[in-house]
Amino acid sequence: MDSSWLIENARLIDPSSGMDRVGRLLILDGRFAGVDVLDGDVPAHVQRLDARDCIVGPGLVDLGTEFGEPGREEDETIQSGTLAALAGGYTAVALSTNTLPPIDTAASVEFIHQKASRADNCRVYALGCVSKERKGESLAEIGSLVDAGAVGLYDGPNPIENTGLLRRALEYCLMFDRVVFDHPEIASISRGGVMHEGLEQLKLGLAPMPAEAEDLATSRDLRLIEATGGRLHLTSISTSGSVELCRRAKSRGIQFTAGSFVANLHFSDEALRAFDSNCKVNPPFRSRDHVDACLEGLSDGTIDIISSGHKPCSLEKKMLEINDAPFGMIALETALAEVVTFLIRPGVLSWPQAFAKMSWNPAKLLGLSGGTLEIGKPADAVIIQPDRLWRVNASNLKSRSYNTPLDGADLYGVVTHTFVGGRLRYQA
Amino acid sequence: MQPAAHLPKGVFKRSISAYNQSRIGQIKVVQDRVGKPSQSWWGIGYLPLGPSVTYGTLSMTSESALTLPPSRSIALPKIPPHWSHKHLLGLEHLTADEITLILDFAEALHAATNEGRTKLDLLKGRTIANLFFENSTRTRNSFSLAAKRLGADTVEFSSSGSSVAKGETFIDTAKTIEAMLVDAVVVRHSSPGTPHMLANHLKCSIVNAGDGPHEHPTQGLLDLLTIRQHRGSLAGLTVALVGDIAHSRTARSNIWGLLKLGAKVIVCGPATLVSKNWEKLGVEVAYDLDKILPRCDVLNLLRIQFERQAIRPFPSVHEYMLLYAMNKERIERSKDDILIMAPGPINRGVELTPEVADGPHSVILEQVTNGIAVRMATLWLLLGGLQSTPSRGAM
Repeated sequence: MDSSWLIENARLIDPSSGMDRVGRLLILDGRFAGVDVLDGDVPAHVQRLDARDCIVGPGLVDLGTEFGEPGREEDETIQSGTLAALAGGYTAVALSTNTLPPIDTAASVEFIHQKASRADNCRVYALGCVSKERKGESLAEIGSLVDAGAVGLYDGPNPIENTGLLRRALEYCLMFDRVVFDHPEIASISRGGVMHEGLEQLKLGLAPMPAEAEDLATSRDLRLIEATGGRLHLTSISTSGSVELCRRAKSRGIQFTAGSFVANLHFSDEALRAFDSNCKVNPPFRSRDHVDACLEGLSDGTIDIISSGHKPCSLEKKMLEINDAPFGMIALETALAEVVTFLIRPGVLSWPQAFAKMSWNPAKLLGLSGGTLEIGKPADAVIIQPDRLWRVNASNLKSRSYNTPLDGADLYGVVTHTFVGGRLRYQA
Repeated sequence: MQPAAHLPKGVFKRSISAYNQSRIGQIKVVQDRVGKPSQSWWGIGYLPLGPSVTYGTLSMTSESALTLPPSRSIALPKIPPHWSHKHLLGLEHLTADEITLILDFAEALHAATNEGRTKLDLLKGRTIANLFFENSTRTRNSFSLAAKRLGADTVEFSSSGSSVAKGETFIDTAKTIEAMLVDAVVVRHSSPGTPHMLANHLKCSIVNAGDGPHEHPTQGLLDLLTIRQHRGSLAGLTVALVGDIAHSRTARSNIWGLLKLGAKVIVCGPATLVSKNWEKLGVEVAYDLDKILPRCDVLNLLRIQFERQAIRPFPSVHEYMLLYAMNKERIERSKDDILIMAPGPINRGVELTPEVADGPHSVILEQVTNGIAVRMATLWLLLGGLQSTPSRGAM
C-alpha cells in the first residue's frame, strides 16, 4: 500500500536504458511497474505525486562510503550515515572497511548487515578487507567474507602498497568474481604530505603529495590487471597522469573501472589557502590543470564512477592543526548538488551521464540492484529539483560530523524524495 | 630645526627617514671627513638632508655627541588611519606600503630605544601572550622584550610537541590563554596555518612567529630592515637566499617582502631543497653559489632545518659545506660591500664559517637588535590602533 506510487509530470531519466523524457512513473508494491501507464491500469490505492519541473532517476549508489561503525561511532554510525545517504539521494551504499576492528571477518560483515537492518534506511552493503586487519600484509579470508555477503574487497582509505599482495588479491578474487578496490597512491612518495605538490603548496609550506605518487600507482595497478585478468576498481583518480593512463588502458581493451571523488572534480588546491583542515582530503585537491583533465576524463567516459568520498571526522579531530588533522570530508548530502552545480550546469556532464556515473555504473560493477528504472526491479528512486538553490549548513546535515569545506556554499539541486524499494524513506 | 652644532663631522649613511619633520633619526658614520673608514658606529642624530638622501655630510665633532640627552625625546610616528590590520599572519598579503610603514615604525622605535628609552608606555596595560609550540629561545625572548619595552605585560606558554600528544587541542589551549584577557597572541607552531586557525577562533590579535615552513613575517621584516639600514633602499638590490629553501619560512617571508620592495631575489641551494617551481614566484633559481656570488649585494644564509627533513636531502654536511658554506675564500670573490645575514640560530661551520660570521660583512647581530624593533613596531601597530575602539568586545 505505502510502496505504490504514481509520479507524474517528471523528467524521467534511466541511465540503464538511455531513457530521458517527461512522463509518469508507476511503482507498484515496491517495484517499478512501468512508464506512461494508462489511467485504467493504475490501481486505485496508488499514491499520486506531482513532480512537475523535477527530475526522477534511479537512487544513487555510493562505493567505499565510510561510516566508522564499529569503533568510530563519534564520527558516524550506520544509523546517522544511512540517513545522510537518503537525504543526499543515495539508496545504496557499499561501506568501506575503515572501522575498528576492520571488516576482515565474516562476523564483522554480519555486524554491518545487522546494524543496517536495524537502521532500516537505505540499502547497505559491506565491502571486506583485502588484507588481514587491513594491514596490507597478507590476504584476509576473502572466501569467508564473500560468503558472508561482502560485495567487494577494499583496504580503504589506504592504498594497497604491497604490489605482491595486490597481485595475489587480484588473482585470488577471480575465484569469487569480486572486484578489488584500490586507492591509487604510492605512499612512500606522499607519506607525511598534506596537500597536492605544486605552486600553492610551495607558497603555503605544507608537506607535498606529488601527483606522480598517484600516477605510478595507477600505472602499476593497470599493469597488474592486464597481467592477472583480475577485476579492479580505481576508487579515486585525481591527476591528469592517471586519467591519461586509464584512457590509454581502456582504448587497449583492458577491463576495469575508474572512479573519482566528487570534491576532486571541482575543488582545486587553492582551497587550502585558508588552512581549513576540512580541505585536507585524500586524494588531495589538485591544481586546476589536473581538475580539468579529470573533467575531460569524465565526459569522454574514462572516469566511469563518481563516488562521494564520504569520510566523516568528528569535530575534535578536525579542530587540530592541519598537519595533525585526519584526511577526509563528508559528502553524501552534497555530492549530487556538487555534480549539478559544477558538472551538469556548466555542461561537463548531461543528466543521464551523471546518473550513469552515480548509480547505474556502480550498481553494475558490484552486481547490485539499483541504477535503473526497469520494470520489475526494486523501486529505488530519487526526485530532484534541479534548479533550486540551497545553502549548505553543516550543522543541519544528517551526518554526525560537520567536516565539509562546503559549509556556507550555495549549491543547485535539491533532493525532495528518496524511495527505497518503493517506500518513501526521505522527504525534504 | 637646525643640525646641532656639536655633531661630529663625517660622511654618514642615512638609515631612516625623518619623522614628523623632526629630522631625527638613526645614522651610521661610515667615513670621517678625511675619508678614513670609521668603525661601524650607530647613534641618534639629526638628519640635515631630506629623507630621500642616502649619503650626506654631518658636521660632527665627536661620536659621543651623537647620543642625544634623554630629555630630547624623539617624537614617535602616529598610526595612520588607513592601517587596518588586526593580525600579522604573513608578508604575502601585505602591500609594499604596509611593509614600509612597519619598517619605518621599527626605525623610530629602534631610535627611541637607542636613545635610552627602553621603557615606552605605548601598550601600557595590554597583555601579550607568547604561545610557543616549537622550541625557540631567540624569537620568544625577542617578542617578550619587545612587548615589555612597549610597556605591555606578557604571559609565556611554551610546549614542545603538538596538542595531540597532550590530549588538549591546540584551539583549547589558545582559548584558555585568551580567557586570561590577552590582547594579542604571538604563536609559533610546526604546522603551517596555525596562526590563521587562531585568527578564526580567537577575538584577539594574532602574530605569526613562525608556522612550520610557511611564513615568519617578523623575521622577514627584520631582514628587510637590516638591509635597508645599510643600503637605504631595497630597490634594485640582488639578494640571495642560500640553503634549505624548501623547509624555510624565513625564505618565504623574505621572498614576499623583497619582491614587493623591488629587490631581485635568487634562491640557491641543493636541488633537493630548491625546486624549479620557485621561479613561478618571480625569483631566480640557482644551484651554484659561486656563479651567482659576484652579483649578490646580500646573502641570507638559511639554516639547514635538520629537524624538518624526514630524509636527509643531501649526502653529507661535508658536501653541503663544500658547495654552499660561506667562507673566507667566497667572501673574497664577493662584492666589497656584500652583507652577510643569517636568521639564526646558525650552525657554525655549516652555513658559514666563524670568520665570516664574526667578520666585517656580517650583520647577524644587528639582525637580532632589529628583531626587537620590528616586533615592537608590529605589536604597536596591531594593538595601538585598537586603543581608539571603545571596548575590548569590539575587537
